[in-house]
Amino acid sequence: MIRIVKTKEKSRREQMLLRLAAFILALCAGGLFLLVLGNNPFAVYGTILSGAFRSKMAVQATIKIMIPLLIAALGVTLAFKMKFWNIGGEGQLIMGGVFASYFALFHADWPSFVLFPVMFLAGIIGGGLWALIPAFFKVRFGTNETLFTLMLNYIALYLVSWLQEDPWRDPGANGFPKIASFDKSATLPKLFGVQIGWVIALVLVVVLFVYLKYTKQGYEISVVGESRATATYAGMNVPRIILRTMFLSGAIAGIAGMVQATGSDRTLTTGIAGGVGFTAIIVAWLAQLNPVNSLVIAFLFAVLEKGSSVIQSQFGLSTDCADVLQGIILFFVLGCEFFIRYKFVRDQKPAAAPQGGNT
Amino acid sequence: MKRFLSAVLAGMMTLSLMAGCSSGGDQTTTTSTDSDNQSTAEGLFPAVPKEELKVGVVHITNPAEGTGYTYTHDLGIQGMQKALGLDDSQIIRKNDVDDTDATAILTALEECVEEGCQVVFATSWGYMDYVEQVAEEYPEVLFAHGTGNKSNGSNFINYFGKINQARYLSGIAAGMKTASNKIGYVAAQDSQNGEVTSGIDAFAMGVESVNPDAKVYVKVTGSWFDPEGEGQAAKALIDLGCDVIAQHCDTANPATEAEKAGVYAVGYNSDMSEKAPGATLTSVMWDWSVFYTKAVEDVINGTWTGENYFGSMQDGLVTLAPLSDLCAEGTAEKVKEVQDKIMNGEWDIFDGETEYEDNQGQTHTLKAEEYGTCNWYYKNVELA
Repeated sequence: MIRIVKTKEKSRREQMLLRLAAFILALCAGGLFLLVLGNNPFAVYGTILSGAFRSKMAVQATIKIMIPLLIAALGVTLAFKMKFWNIGGEGQLIMGGVFASYFALFHADWPSFVLFPVMFLAGIIGGGLWALIPAFFKVRFGTNETLFTLMLNYIALYLVSWLQEDPWRDPGANGFPKIASFDKSATLPKLFGVQIGWVIALVLVVVLFVYLKYTKQGYEISVVGESRATATYAGMNVPRIILRTMFLSGAIAGIAGMVQATGSDRTLTTGIAGGVGFTAIIVAWLAQLNPVNSLVIAFLFAVLEKGSSVIQSQFGLSTDCADVLQGIILFFVLGCEFFIRYKFVRDQKPAAAPQGGNT
Repeated sequence: MKRFLSAVLAGMMTLSLMAGCSSGGDQTTTTSTDSDNQSTAEGLFPAVPKEELKVGVVHITNPAEGTGYTYTHDLGIQGMQKALGLDDSQIIRKNDVDDTDATAILTALEECVEEGCQVVFATSWGYMDYVEQVAEEYPEVLFAHGTGNKSNGSNFINYFGKINQARYLSGIAAGMKTASNKIGYVAAQDSQNGEVTSGIDAFAMGVESVNPDAKVYVKVTGSWFDPEGEGQAAKALIDLGCDVIAQHCDTANPATEAEKAGVYAVGYNSDMSEKAPGATLTSVMWDWSVFYTKAVEDVINGTWTGENYFGSMQDGLVTLAPLSDLCAEGTAEKVKEVQDKIMNGEWDIFDGETEYEDNQGQTHTLKAEEYGTCNWYYKNVELA
């Protein structure tokens, strides 16, 4: 029999070597896949990189992809730090977008110094409230937060479908169910050619880093995450901490939605999240719930994403092939995290008997 | 962690160096504007040398499907490529771009610009507003959007055509074939969409011209691309007693559903007798290469005028697939008679003067170019 056991903590050097090995293996496996398809793996990998960086516009596009991913990853980081399995980043992001879109759609005439803060707040409230629902049920009735947050994603998504088919439908769209594009005055400004969301994301990285590391609330989150009993024993109001942290977690995801809708998309569509809320979980996890690491990991993901779409058009690879390639790389990188923490051991039964005799 | 990342980055850089030669130095995002006097009198933009030309295409699905809307558009692109002798690397395709996903659409359009395209074709209706935005942002890149109704008279034009001419002719084939006098029509959008609705009306008028007793039953799927829903809608219509199924949607599923049920079909976009040979009477088709070739030639010659394109059967943009042996006797003669009139300009559908009675008892006139305003069903049409 083979069993899985936790290993003792590996040294940084060992961890790094394992990750490097995983990455190289991923490239090899992906390369094999590309070879089978009749492509030169080096050319394809090179294009992924150059596709993400080769021009100013390419870099801008890469950063644009990174923005919602990074912000959403910061959001789930908060909840995960508390070991609250918030799988609902997707839905919280969407709700932030929905709330912000309301003002972008119907109050575009407000002066921008009023409108933008209001949209920002709306995003926070939309995402925060959506996360508060499962948190409330968790502390009140002990419901399973993983399933609860997951299912709220679909409700949020279909809410957008409903909005674009009925109440917010663009009458000028010839019967096509879509929400009108926002007025220019309701679109977030750009800085260095990329929507301002990247500044918000960077500020959030710093804020979250400080919040988690140097504030009392941040400390409470880690204590609750380690052991609820300990936290209670230490006199912490655990339900309150859970509710507060989940609100913040959702609120940050909501900012991602607000930034995506009013900064990039200039409208609200069912594609607003597009899986970002889920990818954010992987990003946060790979970043070991460290906001600064998240910045780097989210950027690498954005490079992969941007580069993948370039290889599609350049090598005529289908969307699915690029997805498979991304999947292979993720599989190895995530798999290696498993081997950093666990190992396989043989059951020692046959060997154990003589040993037992000796001692 | 940091060291891991630096290692990752270092690894990636090594790879990029190894592959650097294969993909460096194509940072052409603008067309050269240095010499204004090069462009001819009527062109708004300078000519682009053929070798430097890159053409972007944004598709809602994948041409590899081998039938339907995207396939037909891509045949047009391929036709243009062949006619003008462009290299494969000069065509940048963005496939499977969901028309309800703003992020995906904007990304695809911007990538076309980033990859150096001087002209970008966006084939699906839902891309319209985004094309408008991107066109405004990149005034030196030319955009053409298919089937919509927006344009800016400069670098953002619209292209479509008198598909209703072929719809009318296919209505003749359907009207002569039906025995139950019930004809089904799978529609992607409801009556608010003028493109779909004017097509239904033209088809119904064709039916009526040869069979005043027949009725056209319309089933709406609500999506431009919904393989399952399109098949189900066809099934529902067949259950209703319809023995000919026409369609305005992307896949061949209504036709294959008809074949399964032993009834007949009128295809759309590509010749659907390939997918449903036992059912297809004929197909209403586009030959988009007519437009794509003209548009790209305009780019190469510097003769892009910023005017919308509205083609017809006369241009060859709109065609009717050969009538199959399944058609009723005399169909070919009747269709030819009307088609000849269309071709020599003697008669046309939607001339802007003829009055049509809708199924609510109201009368309307319609000009072919203003098909988008048509939101009434002709008198022999009923929603199923």
